[in-house]
Amino acid sequence: MSFDPTRAAIRFGNGLSPTVTPPVSVADMMARVTGPDVAAAAHPIPHFDDMYPTQWDFRLAGGAVADAQTDAEREAAEEARREMRAAAGDLWALNTMRQLARDVTTEDGFRERLVRFWADHFTAPPTNGQWRYQVYPTIEQRIRPYIAGPFRDMLRAAVTNPMLIQFLSQSGSMGPNSPFGVRRGRGLNENMAREVLELHTLGVGGRYTQDDVRQFAELLTGLTYSARRGFQYDARRAEPGAETVLGRSYGGGEATLDQVLAALDDLALHPDTAHHLARKLAVHFIAPDPDPDLVGAMAAAYLAEGGQLAALYQAMLQHEAAWATPARRVKRPYGFVAASLRALAVPPDELTGYSYGDVARGVFRPLTAMGQTIHQPPGPDGWPEEDEAWITPQGMAGRITWAMQMPERLLDRLPDPRDFVFTALGPTPPEAVLFAANAAETVPDGIGLVLASSAFQRR
Amino acid sequence: MDRRRFLLNAAAVGCSAAASPLITPVALAAAPWDTRLVVIILRGGVDGLDVIQPYGDPALAALRPNLPVGEAAGALDLDGFYSLHSGFSALKPMYDAGEFGAVHAVSTPYRGKRSHFDGQDILEAGLPGLGQGGLRDGWLNRMLQIIPGLEPEIAYAIGPEQLLVLTGEARAARWSPEAELRISANARALLNVVHHDDPLFRDASEDAIEIVEQIAAEAAAMEAAIEAGEPVDDGMMMGMAASQGGNRTTRSLAQFAASRLRRDTRIAAFSVNGWDSHARQSRQLDRRGSALAEVLITLKDGLGPVWDKTAVLCMTEFGRTARENGSQGTDHGTGGALFYAGGALRGGQVLGDWPGVGEGALYEGRDLLPTRDVRAYAAHAMRGLIGLDRAALEGVIFPGLEMGDAPRFVL
Repeated sequence: MSFDPTRAAIRFGNGLSPTVTPPVSVADMMARVTGPDVAAAAHPIPHFDDMYPTQWDFRLAGGAVADAQTDAEREAAEEARREMRAAAGDLWALNTMRQLARDVTTEDGFRERLVRFWADHFTAPPTNGQWRYQVYPTIEQRIRPYIAGPFRDMLRAAVTNPMLIQFLSQSGSMGPNSPFGVRRGRGLNENMAREVLELHTLGVGGRYTQDDVRQFAELLTGLTYSARRGFQYDARRAEPGAETVLGRSYGGGEATLDQVLAALDDLALHPDTAHHLARKLAVHFIAPDPDPDLVGAMAAAYLAEGGQLAALYQAMLQHEAAWATPARRVKRPYGFVAASLRALAVPPDELTGYSYGDVARGVFRPLTAMGQTIHQPPGPDGWPEEDEAWITPQGMAGRITWAMQMPERLLDRLPDPRDFVFTALGPTPPEAVLFAANAAETVPDGIGLVLASSAFQRR
Repeated sequence: MDRRRFLLNAAAVGCSAAASPLITPVALAAAPWDTRLVVIILRGGVDGLDVIQPYGDPALAALRPNLPVGEAAGALDLDGFYSLHSGFSALKPMYDAGEFGAVHAVSTPYRGKRSHFDGQDILEAGLPGLGQGGLRDGWLNRMLQIIPGLEPEIAYAIGPEQLLVLTGEARAARWSPEAELRISANARALLNVVHHDDPLFRDASEDAIEIVEQIAAEAAAMEAAIEAGEPVDDGMMMGMAASQGGNRTTRSLAQFAASRLRRDTRIAAFSVNGWDSHARQSRQLDRRGSALAEVLITLKDGLGPVWDKTAVLCMTEFGRTARENGSQGTDHGTGGALFYAGGALRGGQVLGDWPGVGEGALYEGRDLLPTRDVRAYAAHAMRGLIGLDRAALEGVIFPGLEMGDAPRFVL
């Protein structure tokens, strides 16, 4: 079996839509994913560096409350801070819905899936619920522009990402012999160094040792973030002297950010990284135990093209396994909700018009019930890949309940389930789903049964 | 407690699928043993050295200038050598009553890269290493596999996330106390048809419907009992009531576990996360300690008389570095501590062979040296509680383990 439009839309995108034509070829998919970002232009999300309020704005607002001299001043300052918090909360909900609007309307579904994949690969959950609204602006700036370029560029953007630096406590890691470290009696924190090697580049099976972790941690000292100044490389925190990581020496003279970036560039081109990324993508998109030939072809193409992600994707899409493998992966809860909204063709301006409460009831809480509290994965390794982690009794209860109840609340008029089964599943739906869509007692039940079916939930 | 309001809360868990008047609480085939085992996975790598602090070891203070220990730091002395971090102080009465204790300087067989995820896999798989080809079952599941004829409800994996420790060929029940299911009776029947050929989806959906029905039926039975003026056990009620305030999510795990263990469930597992303390560790342990204390106290209260035959084991993937790091925290290490509780175990003591943290005593010059495989304690607990024989424990449940002598901790 070779390229198939329905499989392309479902396996590599957000599923079928009654209003969007599926991709017509691998070349079409590649042209879109490497071309202009149409969905981002249609539903813009500000970059982290351009967003308001910032963490510093919150700091100032807190300072104004603390410094207030009179009751009237304090009340005014508290009111201003409350408004800022509410604005941040609204932004969190609005950006979630802007992203869903992209997922629902795009003709370039592979791009949205890749953004999700890489945002999860470099997951940087907020360290405090108050900073949730920064998640989408961070992805917009640090992940989305890089998904089809050299991996090196995304790795650089991710390792200097303020939210990742906060999440992995990197600002607290100082060279024990650096001016800051000596004066404050502080030292290393290995967290970020270990996760970059284990999760982001070489993989836990990669050829690195505890000594590599240690020396890489020394090299990373100097990467910091502060609310006021943003990301900074602070040479006064950097451990003096050269560090040897995977047999190569970095630095030695004056500590600079370039020495860190040079190590990241080398890590990006390491064969273990190529294999780790290839396998992870193949597992995510195709099968829990991907064909070793597929993984090998992807890794080889990546290395041959100097670490270009587009080469990695093209090798995947051109391999027969991408199309011949039956639908064995399970949509994660967010992907399930996005695909459902897309199949139902919920208008994008309605999605972006929802209040915070609507988004909480329709998206945030249901996703938590399905086991995926949005952008709060259980650890720095992101969300689990195993289907069994998602299709649990409690997770299914969440999916079934959403499928049965939400479509009716989202749309004034639901489609006829007998048509919807083809809209959602393509020209050859399984007999059992066809039967259920026809036999349902009510329209919402019929729609819900199609969405709750394993045929819809797998890709 | 307002019983009426509790019943409304409990009923909200139910669904229209459970509206059938014919359903009554299901009496399961009883397990061939009566004791209860609760396994709590503490994800993130607990710093055993800071929770059960060996403040009597003179070498400790120099390693941790910013992580003070002992009574001077607000910790509670346990036995003159060990002290309990202030965040866990709510457990001191349980310790004094002989219902909470710890084992120090233990670890899984995992060594080397100090990865959370490999470490957790090895802890839950109960194996000497990761081996090849992926892990597909956990040690609690292998225990169920060797006892024939068990109902799935004998063992419960609780919470939203997957628990490898109970995953495997033996069927175990899984549920999250905050889950709800709403589906019409007609759609429910059709869903069976839709999922007929996909066992993963079929089983998960059927289990969800059954569990929700059972919980609703229990609530209905309890309501009927109250209407009839019959006495209702407060612990049973608490296990089903919606919880509010404090560490609501973790407490609800414990409440739900207690509600199942009061009935036919013999084994429960869930996880309490957030132990990866790379920075400002003391503050983090204050918060996580109070959450874990609340879990154990909730279990005790919810279990009522069953607490006396219950053993709770709290296990983590690895300990942390003996030296503090540069940000008032600790990095991933090796040896750590096991915490245990319950009336079936002998608490009020800190067990383990203390290796010291002085010059030359540390593992690879950085971590607490493990002096015993943590699996040995789990094995002895299962042997004492359930009567499993040594060959099954060392051969099937924990392959490669040498259990050694029984520690003085099973009553």
